[in-house]
Amino acid sequence: MPDSIPTDSVGLVTPQVYKFDEPLTLRSGKVLPKYELVIETYGKLNREKTNAVLICHALSGDHHAAGYHSKNDSKPGWWDSCIGPGKAIDTNLFYVVSLNNLGGCAGSTGPASINPETNKYYGPDFPVVTVRDWVSSQLRLMDRMEIPEWAAVVGGSLGGMQVLRWTISYPDKVRHAVCIAAAPKLSAQNIAFNEVARHSITSDRDFHEGHYLEKGTYPKQGLMLARMVGHITYLSDSAMRAKFGKSVSNFEKDTAENFGRDLRSGKLSFGFDVDFQVESYLHYQGERFSENFDANTYLLMTKALDYFDPTVDFEGDLSKAFANSDCKFLLMSFSTDWRFPPERSREIVSDLLKVGREVSYLEIEADQGHDAFLLPIPRYIEALSGYLQRVHQENKSDAP
Amino acid sequence: MRPDLEIIQQWIAPNSKVLDLGCGDGSLLHYLQTTKNVHGIGLEIDETNIQHCLDRGTNVIEQNLDEGLSNFQSGSFDTVLLAQTLQALSKPDHLIDEMLRIGKNGIVTFPNFGNWKSRLYLASRGRMPVSKFIPHSWYNTPNIHFCTVKDFDALCTQRNIKVLARTVVDLEHQGSWYMKAWPNLLGEIAIYHISKDTD
Repeated sequence: MPDSIPTDSVGLVTPQVYKFDEPLTLRSGKVLPKYELVIETYGKLNREKTNAVLICHALSGDHHAAGYHSKNDSKPGWWDSCIGPGKAIDTNLFYVVSLNNLGGCAGSTGPASINPETNKYYGPDFPVVTVRDWVSSQLRLMDRMEIPEWAAVVGGSLGGMQVLRWTISYPDKVRHAVCIAAAPKLSAQNIAFNEVARHSITSDRDFHEGHYLEKGTYPKQGLMLARMVGHITYLSDSAMRAKFGKSVSNFEKDTAENFGRDLRSGKLSFGFDVDFQVESYLHYQGERFSENFDANTYLLMTKALDYFDPTVDFEGDLSKAFANSDCKFLLMSFSTDWRFPPERSREIVSDLLKVGREVSYLEIEADQGHDAFLLPIPRYIEALSGYLQRVHQENKSDAP
Repeated sequence: MRPDLEIIQQWIAPNSKVLDLGCGDGSLLHYLQTTKNVHGIGLEIDETNIQHCLDRGTNVIEQNLDEGLSNFQSGSFDTVLLAQTLQALSKPDHLIDEMLRIGKNGIVTFPNFGNWKSRLYLASRGRMPVSKFIPHSWYNTPNIHFCTVKDFDALCTQRNIKVLARTVVDLEHQGSWYMKAWPNLLGEIAIYHISKDTD
């Protein structure tokens, strides 16, 4: 944490655990007899209970979206740039709820939890959960918290898919849906990258068919590789050029860029070790991730992405899925996002328009690729902020 | 409100669905939402305008009209508006067809290039008119397809478009009997309410 808490930070936060004993039947048909969800909340629920905002996290996110857990934390929560007093998701106005999804590894029940039936780690026996299952569990959380409806459900990437699922499954519980850098379903290319990630994990000799925790080990190399591949898809070519092209040699000054080919030690090694900064960066990212994330959770999360397809119940027609989604929508995409590029968001917009939904859509010019949704890009933040200010205004005018 | 919008709003029915092509800062849609309970969506490409729309609570989609409107269903809106944007489009005739595919009726406003001031400017100076109303030079103008009231009438006839109403006004958006008599000569802004001629 910085020496003093910034005035626009939610400050020190403490996660809370909600226990659910009622069995949850999953999309696969399997039943999770009981489970826990870990959450954080920021801001205060108003008397009318009309100002609750749900944050849905993406692949590697969790409940810790804003603020600090302790004074020793070097970094705040993953979406601190957007959540806080006076920020785009303004905790002076909204009661923000953020949870770790089922199957996660940050405190909610998942593969790294103990299975009460066996008293061993769930490991690979934890059932595959889908976006729909997450939203069902979020609905139960909402009921338990006595929140009658969400002023807004907000999420980026896989989080955006949860937002869409909310509007399809529980349209009367959502007033505004904010879906950022998402897609109506994954493309073959998206699935292909996920499969490379999964294969690198499952083929690691320390994976032990998912039972690595019992053996006191984990598939570090596999997780690293999975994250390295994933990370490349989150960045854009231009973002990598900018990030790794800072030291421009005299020779290259004329063109003012070196295509992001910064060397790590200033010269080539003529060996097979790391030569370029980008290599060393990917190793570092992979390594750090592998120490903090559960491999089975990574497998689950990528499957949830691959399986997401809200049209399965609607004859393959997404617009029919939105037939009852009577909330207002804000969608945003980023110009250099090649994981879920703007066309994918436009597909969603078209299908919303087909059934006469109220929708706003912005295509944000940004160099940072898919990662842009986590970054404080001025136009993006201003748009999110402006939209949510209106949500708040509506709230006030509707109040009895 | 911009005076041409004042005239336009009279042609829009309460509780109707309106698509505003080039909706600017969303002021008209916002006005229609609050006074006529209109369900509106605007299309816009200017970032500042889009932000104004969001701040107002007006639905806005970032979309370039020159890239088409194929994402809109036929007959999905009551009225489709095109205010002061026609002359900046790459295929204005195509867009008008699209407007009448998507909407039951359309409203188009454009600067009348047949106005006597434009004619006099070109005739006397021999150069493309530059004025308060058309403030651009020929090389940097967004307006690439100027037309006159007569030209637009001819397009409507050729495309079987029914003109439900036509008004011409001056820059202060005042109409008068002499503008009615000589619209193409005296009108500075032309305002058309059109529909498909189904007869």
